[in-house]
Amino acid sequence: MCGIVGLYLKNVELHAQLGCMFKPMLIEMSSRGPDSAGVAIYRNPVKAGQTKFSLAHDDSGFLWETLETNLAASLNCEVATLKVANHCILVTDAAETEVISWLQTNCPEVRIVGSGKSIEIFKEVGPPEKVYEQFELEHASGTHMIGHTRMATESAVTTAGSHPFATGADLCLVHNGSLSNHNILRNNLEREGIKFQTENDTEVAGAYMTWKIRSGATLRQALEDGIKEIDGFYTFCIGTQDGFAVVRDPIACKHAVMAETDDWVAMATEFRAIAHLPGSEQARIWEPEPSTIYVWGEQ
Amino acid sequence: MDMLDLKELGVRGVNSVLHDLSKSRAKSYKINNPMGQHSIACGLDAPMQIKIEGHVGFYCGGMNQHAEIKVNGHAGVGLAENMMSGRIQVSGNASESAGATAHGGLLVIDGDAASRCGISMKGVDIVVGGSVGHMSAFMAQSGCLVICGDAGDALGDSIYEAIIFVRGKVASLGTDCIEKEMRPEHQAKLKELLEASSLQADSTEFRRYGSARTLYNFDVDNADAY
Repeated sequence: MCGIVGLYLKNVELHAQLGCMFKPMLIEMSSRGPDSAGVAIYRNPVKAGQTKFSLAHDDSGFLWETLETNLAASLNCEVATLKVANHCILVTDAAETEVISWLQTNCPEVRIVGSGKSIEIFKEVGPPEKVYEQFELEHASGTHMIGHTRMATESAVTTAGSHPFATGADLCLVHNGSLSNHNILRNNLEREGIKFQTENDTEVAGAYMTWKIRSGATLRQALEDGIKEIDGFYTFCIGTQDGFAVVRDPIACKHAVMAETDDWVAMATEFRAIAHLPGSEQARIWEPEPSTIYVWGEQ
Repeated sequence: MDMLDLKELGVRGVNSVLHDLSKSRAKSYKINNPMGQHSIACGLDAPMQIKIEGHVGFYCGGMNQHAEIKVNGHAGVGLAENMMSGRIQVSGNASESAGATAHGGLLVIDGDAASRCGISMKGVDIVVGGSVGHMSAFMAQSGCLVICGDAGDALGDSIYEAIIFVRGKVASLGTDCIEKEMRPEHQAKLKELLEASSLQADSTEFRRYGSARTLYNFDVDNADAY
């Protein structure tokens, strides 16, 4: 089960409506995933030399200001934080690896749910509508968004186990299906220095793509290698800072549908999620083919 | 023609009207705002005309008997699943497993059909104006699958007595599916189906595929495979 949705805006005039357009898409997939929900939104890119982190803490009263002060003093860097429910968007000019290391040592209860230049990730247990409203996304503007509604089958219903999984470098991946070789892939990636936060199979697929992109691959190349090395049933929807992609395994039995107009490209597990978008009646609609990579936006 | 607004009535409300077999019921309906919802116009059991204005979700027209359903849009997974008789036509593309297990009637997809089109078909005739995806006509038992475009991998895998006509390229044939001679009776049947579907295609450009019938009986030479 689970529902995945993605929306990439081709028309810049629609950027201000991204959150509003995406909301009914995610909510429509509630029946496929009532346990937890999460979204990645690409917006407000930071300046060169800065990194944006999406952080989360189970305690909504956690003092992010204290973390901001301590991090700035310890690493002698600029830090700005913005609290959003139990999440926080932190922007800093310190090196990404140093910040991660500092957080793991000094605030181990803080979860790093995403990092990059544009990406912001919000995820929580509970019905998708509640999750979406909690993070004030309805009026959010941005370029593209990816979302997941989860019916847990493979690991616990926790915020950490909620999707999407972002493993750095602005990459975010949502997944409908199950992977069969994630343990061996996880071991291999750990040897490459990648750290995992959960036992979840989807996190491995995200980490694999991040590793490929950090090694110099384009999103398309990373996905081409992924088709060869990732085994299982899957429909992936993937976002990068300027790219949006969809790929299915060679058997292609996990549902997926795509629609495109001059203004937007959308994917969903079921078309009823896309039906809410303006212009969907006139959109070109098709089922993505197996082992075929669909990419938009990547330079 | 009576109008039914699916946004207002919901799928159950619309289907309840269509299932009403009383004599006062209209003979034709137009369904607006389908919004990609599932199971629209499922289980119909009377001669009537249904026009759906927009894209439908999974299982549209499933188990249909006697009714004629036209979808002006795209159809999701399992279109006309287990149809018994009647006619269903879709103006756009159809997702996977269109016409699955269907026993009778005519299913016409003007655009492309995705994977597993006609899987386990048991007597339905399916005409696809575009191409079909992989594993189409898998374990197809009877009826005809007409493909005006190309066919994906493993066409007709483990096919029984269904007949497949393809105008374009076949990516690969499935186990026990072979090309067969196009005899006059096949040419006549194909022509009849193309005419019935109103799709423009020259019947002489098609090739016929069917079962080599080597899987029908146990072959002792294959014993090692078990």
